Amino acid sequence: MGIYIVRRLLWVPVLLMIVTLVTFGLGLYGPGDPVEVMLGQNYNPEVAERIRHQRGLDRPFYQQYLSYVWGLLQGDFGESFKFQGQSVGKLIGNKIWISSQLGLAAMILTVGLGVPLGILAALQQGTRRDSLIVSSTLFFLALPVFITIPVMLLVLVLNLHWLPSSGWGGLFSLHTIIPLLAMGIPGVAVITRLMRASTLDVLGQDFITTARSKGLTEFVVQYRHVLRNALIPIITILGFSVADLVGGAFIVETMYGIPGIGRLAVDSIFARDYPVIMALTVIIATAFVIGHLIADILYVVLDPRIRYE
Amino acid sequence: MAMDILKLNISKAVKSEGPWKRVWNRLIHKKLAMISLVLIIVVYMAGIFAPWIAPSNYSDQNLLEAKQGPSLEHLAGTDRLGRDMLSRVLYGIQTTVIITITSMLTGGLLIGLSLGLISGYFGGKVDSIIMRLGEVFAAFPGILLMILLAATVKPRVLSFARSVEDLTGIDWIIKTGIVDYIVVFGALAAFSWVGMARLVRGQVLSLKTMQFIDAARAAGASTPRILFFHLLPNAISPVVVSITMGMGSIVGAEIVLSWLGIGIQPPRPSLGNMIFENGSLGVLRSDPHLLLVPIAIAWLLIFTWNLLGDGLNDVLNPRTR
Repeated sequence: MGIYIVRRLLWVPVLLMIVTLVTFGLGLYGPGDPVEVMLGQNYNPEVAERIRHQRGLDRPFYQQYLSYVWGLLQGDFGESFKFQGQSVGKLIGNKIWISSQLGLAAMILTVGLGVPLGILAALQQGTRRDSLIVSSTLFFLALPVFITIPVMLLVLVLNLHWLPSSGWGGLFSLHTIIPLLAMGIPGVAVITRLMRASTLDVLGQDFITTARSKGLTEFVVQYRHVLRNALIPIITILGFSVADLVGGAFIVETMYGIPGIGRLAVDSIFARDYPVIMALTVIIATAFVIGHLIADILYVVLDPRIRYE
Repeated sequence: MAMDILKLNISKAVKSEGPWKRVWNRLIHKKLAMISLVLIIVVYMAGIFAPWIAPSNYSDQNLLEAKQGPSLEHLAGTDRLGRDMLSRVLYGIQTTVIITITSMLTGGLLIGLSLGLISGYFGGKVDSIIMRLGEVFAAFPGILLMILLAATVKPRVLSFARSVEDLTGIDWIIKTGIVDYIVVFGALAAFSWVGMARLVRGQVLSLKTMQFIDAARAAGASTPRILFFHLLPNAISPVVVSITMGMGSIVGAEIVLSWLGIGIQPPRPSLGNMIFENGSLGVLRSDPHLLLVPIAIAWLLIFTWNLLGDGLNDVLNPRTR
């Protein structure tokens, strides 16, 4: 297993190199001149040329790329084109904090609802309540953020006047409720179904029969034997659900006016603010890759029967 | 006498149902799945035949009748330019139909299925190259790269189409919006193959050790024959389920892309740009139908695809229940 982890760790920088290279290439050969966008009305060929030289935009591709990676390694994400004089790191820092608070809270909501529902359905397999839970999860799965947000705005904001219509007021404010529900709900379906399937799987195993037959109470059997083993697939899928959360954040943040990285990413792409786009791609990709890595490693640690060659 | 029995058996064997017929017979008893199938067919037909059944053209404006609620004349009301919402939704569905089918055929089926088969069957270097490639694609923040692709590659495709138009004297290529379609389904296909390839690979890995594959090889079957006639039919049921479930998420992805302004461009309607155009609080306050109609259709499509996939899963993979 040690070799497996080392191999996976060595693969991480390679993956990130490819990710940055592709993003950098797309950005550089994409249309739209960032310097032109930056200068806007005051475009002047001479000034533009000078800025290009200053920022090294007139150097060959590989030089630009290498100096970018060199900066990255020192934690320097460059300077934004759109917000002049601001370093990308500073621009992103606070927004990442907001987005990750929201994402983490959504993940907790998803797991907090999904795991008990899944166990409940599995323990009552074949009953009416089981099929009700299973079919209602499909209903929630069909509620992506672009559907839930307008409906919640219509009902909770415009008709009932319970919640504010947009913005961000910290994690523990009324502002959080709509985006949190919107991001958390679709995942509940996935967790519930997975939890149900894995609980059923564990319940059918011999060691559960053994545990029961040696006289353990039903409580101990369910919590120590069933739950612990049934949770393994859930832990691993959390590593992969980072992707869905980021995807949801783009829309939720733009629709609800939350100053997080999702909204920043959308704005930056339209402004051709490549340093910001690059930084976000690298950061999110790193989060993905590490999420996958942790999921894979946890899988082996938690279930010793699994062996990677 | 013995011959008679043999004959009887043969005629019975000929009459026995094929596997798909059996699946169909079981599926037909799943009420929810059948209702979903019928609804999907109705919605897709409505999209395909939009030009014939839509009461008016999607871009016909009538400012005197702007922002009306649903009425007999306009069943789904009109938007801020007085365009008939029902017609726009029908053409929007057409967009969804084209995008879902093309991206599933190219990304999921053509690329994903064949790479998965090759990867699982040949193993070794080929396998690790394909799987590593999949890992790279999976490492990209999908939506971010889709936006980036659409924002950077699309103008190049557009200028290419323009130069083709200039050279050939044809002037309808860009007008049909075909460039938007190509970019959107290209971006979707680029990411939808990985999951399918992994799924098929896993199936093939367990199937290829089975005796009937050895038997086929011993009988002298060629590699493509083994891949497509022996392995594929046995690996197909999870593929069918994953395609059906995947259709719902493609419906969603198209909406997200168009909603972000990089998918299908106005005036050509799509569910995504209709949700985007009318996504403000002001519209919700004064004319909620403008937003609720496309949202309801999108929800219906995603929900029914999921329900159908779930029913198929029960029928095709009974062990997972």
